[in-house]
Parts: sequence; C-alpha cells; structure tokens
Amino acid sequence: MKAAARTPARTLFEKVWGAHLVREESSDTPAILYVDLHLVHEVTSPQAFSVLRERGLPVRRLDRTLATMDHSTPTLPRGADGRWPFADREAEAQVAQLERNCAEFGVELHGLGTPAQGVVHVFGPEMGATQPGMTVVCGDSHTATHGAFGALAFGIGTSEVGHVLATQCLLQRRPRTLAVRVDGALPPGVGAKDLVLAIIAKLGVGGGTGHVIEYLGAAVRALSMEGRMTLCNMSIEAGARAGMIAPDDTTFQWLAGRPRVPRGDAWEAAVARWRALATDEGARHDREIALDATTLAPMITFGTNPGQAIPVTARVPDPSEERDPAARASLEGALRYMGLVPGQPIAGRVVDAVFVGSCTNGRLEDLREAARILRGRRVAVRTLVVPGSQLVKRQAEAEGLDRIFREAGAEWREPGCSMCIAMNGDRLERGQTCVSTSNRNFEGRQGAGGRTLLAGPATAAAAAVAGAVADPRRYAEATP
Amino acid sequence: MTPIRIIESRTVVLPRENIDTDQIIPARFLKVTDKAGLGKAAFADWRYGPDGGPVADFALNRPEAAGCAVLVAGDNFGCGSSREHAPWALVDAGFRAVISTRIADIFRNNALKNGLVPVVVDPASHAALLAAPGAPVRIDLEARTVTLPGGAAVEFPIDAFSRYCLLNGVDELGFLLSQEAAIAAHEGRTR
Repeated sequence: MKAAARTPARTLFEKVWGAHLVREESSDTPAILYVDLHLVHEVTSPQAFSVLRERGLPVRRLDRTLATMDHSTPTLPRGADGRWPFADREAEAQVAQLERNCAEFGVELHGLGTPAQGVVHVFGPEMGATQPGMTVVCGDSHTATHGAFGALAFGIGTSEVGHVLATQCLLQRRPRTLAVRVDGALPPGVGAKDLVLAIIAKLGVGGGTGHVIEYLGAAVRALSMEGRMTLCNMSIEAGARAGMIAPDDTTFQWLAGRPRVPRGDAWEAAVARWRALATDEGARHDREIALDATTLAPMITFGTNPGQAIPVTARVPDPSEERDPAARASLEGALRYMGLVPGQPIAGRVVDAVFVGSCTNGRLEDLREAARILRGRRVAVRTLVVPGSQLVKRQAEAEGLDRIFREAGAEWREPGCSMCIAMNGDRLERGQTCVSTSNRNFEGRQGAGGRTLLAGPATAAAAAVAGAVADPRRYAEATP
Repeated sequence: MTPIRIIESRTVVLPRENIDTDQIIPARFLKVTDKAGLGKAAFADWRYGPDGGPVADFALNRPEAAGCAVLVAGDNFGCGSSREHAPWALVDAGFRAVISTRIADIFRNNALKNGLVPVVVDPASHAALLAAPGAPVRIDLEARTVTLPGGAAVEFPIDAFSRYCLLNGVDELGFLLSQEAAIAAHEGRTR
C-alpha cells in the first residue's frame, strides 16, 4: 500500500460533493454530479415524464427514484362514495397523471391513502431513503430539508427532473460554502424555527445565493432531527440551495430501523462511514457568520419575505429608518400589503386563521409543541393542523394529540402541503391574516390576497388561542 | 431549442426587490401537466385585480409593454420555489431575458434551460436601466454584453457551457446522455 499522503482538510460539503463527481468541472463544462436519491411528486414531474416518453427513454435507476403526492392532494378524508375530495379537476388530473407515469415507468409510488404517503420531505427521511453522505434532489426547493442528515440535498426544476430520471446525473457548477455557527444554548421556549428565522433575518433572503450552508455550533448539535430538518428546510429562504449538518449519534439513532437503511453489519459499516463525513478540523468555508443562541426569542415575520422577521416581543420596523431607497420601498410595500403600521408591536395583531403543518413544521415534535399549548384551551380562530405524513398522523393519534386539537376546536386533517401552498383548496380568503408554521410569507402564498405571518408551532398555537399574535412563553404552563 | 445570439428589445421595468416565484406565477396555476399557455398566468396577482380585470398601471399591462422581450427587475429576482413554470410563463409571455443585480440560483438554472437569458449587472448599470423603462437594449450573448440606454456596453457573467447551449440551441439532456460510459463507470466504482 502506498503511504497515505496527508489529505487536505475538507468540509462536509466537499466530502459529499467529491464522492459524487462523475466528471470534474472545467472552465468549459460544469461538473457531472451523480444523484443517489431522486424524490418525485405530482407538481414538478409531469413534463419531465413527457420528455422521457418523447425520447423513448426509461427511468435509469428505479431503485434510486421514489414518488409520493402532497401538493395538490386533499387533506379531507375520502367521501362516503370512496372518492377523494379534490379541490378541482386539474388537481385530480395532476395526481392521476403521477399515478399513470409511475405505473408506466415502474417508479415506486406512495399514493393517497397508502401508509407511507406524506409531504415529500417528511416522507423521504421517514422511509430511511435519505441517508448521510447522499446526494438528494427533488423538483422542490425545500429539498434542502434532507441536509439535516448530512446529505447534499437541493431543489431542481422540471428539466433537471428529466435529466435525473434519464441519467441519474445533473450538470452543476460547484457552489461556495457558508458556515453558519450558532454557539450557546437556545433559551426555553425558543426552537429551531425561531433560530432559522433569526438566521434568515441576518443573512437576508438573497444572502445565501450561490452557497451551500453548513450549520455548526452547540445550538445546532443540541437540536433533534426534527429541529435540524426545520433548520435545513429554510436554507432556501436565505437563497442557499442547500443546508447541511454533519451526522452524529442523534442522526444515527433517528435513522436506525427505518425501512430503507442497512441492517446488521452493513448498518455498523455505514455508521462508521457516516461518522467520517464531519468537516475536518482546519477545513475552511468560503464565508462564515455567527449567532449567539442565548440572545434569541420566539420569532415571527411581519412582511412578505421570510427575512422580514422580528422577535414576537418587538415592534414592526419603520421604513423611514431604512437608508437604502430600494430596501425602504420594499419594506413600505410589505407593510402596506400586510396592513401593518410602522412601530406597532407585532404582538396583538389580530389574525383570522392559524396553520400548523408543512415540510417545515409538520413532524411529530412540531405537533407536540402545538399540543402543549392547545391542551385544555380553545382556539379563537380557524385552526388547521395538518400532519406531514401518514406516519406522523398515526403517531400523533397514538399519543392522543388529535384529541387535544379537536377538543381545542382545531381541525385535524389528512397529510399534505395544504395551506403552505394553497393548491388543494385549503387557503385564506382575500385580506385574511394567518399565523403559519410554513416557510413562505410571499404575497398570496396561502391564497390570493392572503397575509402570512411565519412562526414556530408554539407561536402559532398561542395565536390560535389568543386570536392574535402572542408570546408563546406566556402559555407555556399547562392550564389547570 | 432555438439558438439565441442577439436580443434587441425595449425593456419592461419591475423595480421591486426580491420578486419571488409565487409572484411570477402563483401556485394555483401549477396544476397543469404540460407547459403551454402559462404566459397568461405570469404575474397574475399583480396584473389582474380581484375582479379579474387588468390593473391599468401595472407595467406589463401598459400599451408600451407590448412586444417587449427584456424584463428589468429589482435585486434578487426569482427567489423562492423551484417551479420551472416561472420561466415557462415568462417565455410564453414573450420574454427572452431578465436583468437584475442578483438572480436566484434555481430560477437561473431553470431560465437557462428555456431560452430565457439571466443577465446580472452591476448596481450602477442596473440603476440606469431601472430609471429608463422602455429603453432599447441589446443583449449580445456571443460577446456577453448588454448595451445600456446611454449606448455603453457592459459585460455580464454567464457560464461557458450554458452560453454554448443557448448559442447553439443545444439541450443539456443530450449532453448528459452522451456521458453514459462515465456514469456507468462511476456506478461501478461506488456500488
């Protein structure tokens, strides 16, 4: 054996990127990056399957392709006639098209009513399909979620969905890396969603463009897998296509025994391999920012992009204090759309609806967090609780969370994207305001003319009870 | 794909920062299974009022916007989702290029695959373009330049491979399919 030349210190990203290069990039051509796992859903795949059909191409690696449905699917149960209550014919046709495409090409599909179906980024990890060190793609920008496992995971467009179906590869320029270091411990009542909203507020919605984020530091290490998924999920809201966290015992414990992970000796070997993925001492990221977890509070957005977030105890910023004219105009526009006045405390802002769910906050831990506040209380406004998957739904029901939600007056629904993207009929009416645990507060995101305030599950539950934005820490104690 | 070399057009200006893909095409228009005809949904919630009628003072609805192929937008255009429906809608609405100071990663990738040229310019050039809606511009993909209202040409960055594909009307899938041997070799190494 040759004496091992000392390999240069590498980041988590560099290790995963390097292991998947079919061809290195050059000045003339991008890298050819191999994809280990391709997740497919109904909205961004139909035109890609059409390209395969037109060119007479098969799906190259059926064993690396996994489909479910979530965006256009109803969250109300089947009717007495056995039919699903689709919002409209288009939604039903889109779901039927995915069924036909998967049947024709042989893709494993977890469809409506089957035991593993769910929001694609909740479902993939639950299946154990997402594993450390993998490259994971999906025609969905929140594919960043899977980076919580130490995978390089990012969203792609439909043309690229076709490329991966046909060749299992993508043409990619190597992104830069951005370390986001969060030292200290999060205070009680402050969670992963609050942390990521604080990070996006610091970076800005475009601040991560061209970068893959690696989250580091004690506060990140202390997060559960659910919290890590929430954190990585919203990397794209800072413009970064991917966010990654090095796998550790928390990761391995969460994955052990999942349907698609290795068993026995193969599991031990995989864990040993995965442990070596962490960023080496002395490895450098292209950029680095740091936050102090101990100073953070529950966060909520006031504007129309996820970077416009403030502590729930703070006041809405005043555009006149913004020096940059474009930023001032953007802030003024956001406040006008949201119907907010500069300087008003965000707490007390009356809301019409609350949504708990999505690929950001639709997992069991999120539902538990909302249930802790709703237990023994009544909601003052329409409250939708939508589990991220059939598995989350079963687990929540086994713990009796569904009863807590129903007794509080909330609606307990079937899994899906639901009011995060409002494609399935779950939506706001024009002018309504919603505190939502989802990921985007863009104008009309939850229905044309609707207004979205993004927050974590506890803040959403507190708003449901108060009928207005409220500090969830005031509801932390259970009711007598 | 049709080869693209020169784009000459007057501009339509949307000065807002952070125009996200939900504004470019709201999600309710994504329930399609093909890509045809999405132009009518481009900027739907800005173009049409609650009653469905056109908003008269919205830039794309003004008579002078007819036939314009170049959109000039505020910083960080195309942030948000991976929906390729966004460039499909813009191309179907007649656009061939978008100019901003920053263009979101996924949107840029999607645009390049659909003959929509993403042009990133410096803040001063951008300011000049924002200040002159309707100005004629000339984008030369071969030279990688955009000619500003005052007549000065500034360079813009574009990946060499993407530029080659646009200039020659080549699609990336064909290139990837030609790499089968290398892909199979990689699979052999990492099995």
